[in-house]
Amino acid sequence: MSIQAIIFTLITLSVFYLAFRRYRRIVRIIQMGKPEIINDDPAKRWRNVILIAFGQKKMFKRWLPALFHAFIYVAFLLTQIELIEMLIDGVTGKHRIFAGKIGLLYPAVINLIEMLSVLAFIATLVFLARRNIVKVGRFWKPEMKGWPSLDANLILLGEILLIMGIMMMNGADQVLQQMEPGHYPATGNLMMSSLLVAPRFQGLSVTALVFLERTGWWLHIMVVYGFLLYLPYSKHLHILLAFPNTYYAKLKPRGKMTNIPEITQELQSMLGLTQEGTSDATGEIPEFGAADIFQLSWKNVLDAYTCTECGRCTSVCPANLTGKKLSPRKIIMDVRDRAEVIYSNIESGDAKFLKAEGQPLTAETYSDGANLFQRISDEELWACTTCNACVEACPVLIDPLDVILQLRRYKILNESSGPADWLPMFNSLESSGSVWQVNQDREAWFKEA
Amino acid sequence: MVVQTIQQLIASGEKPEYLFWVGCAGNFDARAQKVVRAFALIMNQIGVSFAVLGNEESCTGDPARRAGNEFLFQMQALQNIQTLQAYEVTRIITTCPHCFNTLKNEYPDYGGNFEVYHHTEMLNQWIQEGKLKIESGETGSKTTYHDSCYLGRVNGIYSVPREILSALQLDVIEMEQSASRGLCCGAGGGQMFKEDEPGDQRINVARAEQVLATGAKTVAANCPFCITMLQDGLKAKDKQDEVMVLDLAELIVQKNNW
Repeated sequence: MSIQAIIFTLITLSVFYLAFRRYRRIVRIIQMGKPEIINDDPAKRWRNVILIAFGQKKMFKRWLPALFHAFIYVAFLLTQIELIEMLIDGVTGKHRIFAGKIGLLYPAVINLIEMLSVLAFIATLVFLARRNIVKVGRFWKPEMKGWPSLDANLILLGEILLIMGIMMMNGADQVLQQMEPGHYPATGNLMMSSLLVAPRFQGLSVTALVFLERTGWWLHIMVVYGFLLYLPYSKHLHILLAFPNTYYAKLKPRGKMTNIPEITQELQSMLGLTQEGTSDATGEIPEFGAADIFQLSWKNVLDAYTCTECGRCTSVCPANLTGKKLSPRKIIMDVRDRAEVIYSNIESGDAKFLKAEGQPLTAETYSDGANLFQRISDEELWACTTCNACVEACPVLIDPLDVILQLRRYKILNESSGPADWLPMFNSLESSGSVWQVNQDREAWFKEA
Repeated sequence: MVVQTIQQLIASGEKPEYLFWVGCAGNFDARAQKVVRAFALIMNQIGVSFAVLGNEESCTGDPARRAGNEFLFQMQALQNIQTLQAYEVTRIITTCPHCFNTLKNEYPDYGGNFEVYHHTEMLNQWIQEGKLKIESGETGSKTTYHDSCYLGRVNGIYSVPREILSALQLDVIEMEQSASRGLCCGAGGGQMFKEDEPGDQRINVARAEQVLATGAKTVAANCPFCITMLQDGLKAKDKQDEVMVLDLAELIVQKNNW
């Protein structure tokens, strides 16, 4: 085994170990949400995964960004094939282990990857321009200040490095195949790299070319590893979580809000619709709705980690469009950031986060005196018209409205705090079953006519 | 126009085919009353057997639920379901997409299982069956269609109302945002009952601007709250006399000169 292969194997093992820990952390954060069993109609769920995550169906509502996004996405998918070869090469110290062994399939696949890489390179430049030069509105909302914008640009720069690495490697390889055919098995003509890169490398010494080829190879694989470790800290995690998120997305009618069965039981016994008395013997008044991560469903937290901050939701939100503070994307980002803070605090093991002393610090025993309401103001919550435009807009089936409505429920049911204007409506409903305090004759409209 | 309560009808030994769920707006709001009268008139004209709950009807609870008041919502739901079941109601038609959504999608959780239709669905069905004939005549004026969120995005009904418009031979021009991308009128989620949160513009005014951009003289709508909101929006632009906001049922009555 060559030194290079040993170093590569050690790096790979460490990266995989670190990645395992980081992804396990994400799974545990998502599990801080309330348990909810989601397993009905798997056929429909797989259909969503195939059409919406894999097939990007909803992206194509805006075809221009969808097209460029598709270049990057397909390039990413296909490059995984080349990555398998690079991994095997790296560990065994061989060079292009599949070349010449799978016939024409090899140049076909590599050529396809090269073409998509060039398209992805263009797409990446377009995306950088859309964010930083054209300044598309949805990338410049207040919640995008600082880290979210930097994160997006870092990802795009990483993609440029990935593509540069692979093209440099292939271009040098094309030249080396002619000079040292024994060492560099024929791959067939790789069109993009022979056209764009190889001409610049002609006339270089073998040493220089080997150096360029190796640099390209290491650059590509190290950026891949970098991505693998960076993803769990980035909005770019959507490339993985889009799949489970579309699988677990709500299938029930969009207009059906989540029920609170405890309230149904309470009311049914109050109205004498059931035989049993009030079931809650402890006398403890349960909390309704959600104020923090632990009261949201795990699916809401999965939504938050799936969000890639594209802002399609916010760009169609009627409240946001008319200058209100509400931004559905911000709500989702707030859920994620709060979950991140809670989990980091739990990881710290610091006793100051214990509800009561003398217990191990876990999600159950955790309290930091804060909740989502320090991040999400009443003004944002009350501005929502429940129009579902955000739900409709999300390409990966995130449901910001579900979070907004759970937070509203908490405010109204536990704190009785809400817009003062709603009180007459609530009172009128309670006393007369109408939303307006009016003359209560529901037969006048046809009797008087 | 003849409208009977289900109580009266059952007392006289009859059973209506449909229960017409009028909703708070239809019952009490002067503008929405015109819509429910138009719809009742259409049913009279084509001989549809229906009845209303009258004073036994109560709000479905939608605004309370969307405002976060689950207790109040479920109280309404349980009581309404009791009333509907007492009269053995199986089929409901409503002119309000909020009532429609709640009755159809949310009441089953509390044991209320009914066939629920928005009146546009029935109107279109009656037109397709030939039961409801639309007088032919010249192509009508330029009309745009406003999708209510709860009929459109929430329940996926986009083409049905548009089919009615084409049966009415109207010159339909779509707004900049329509169908699944339609802009809300600003009333949903309890907004109808409160002042706006601070912002640059009212949502209904933004929508009115999109209406005006089409140059249409009529806005066809399907929701009493959208109608109020759009009228207010047009008024803010001082165009209330130039652009009419009408429900699809009203457009049919107008076309047939009933």
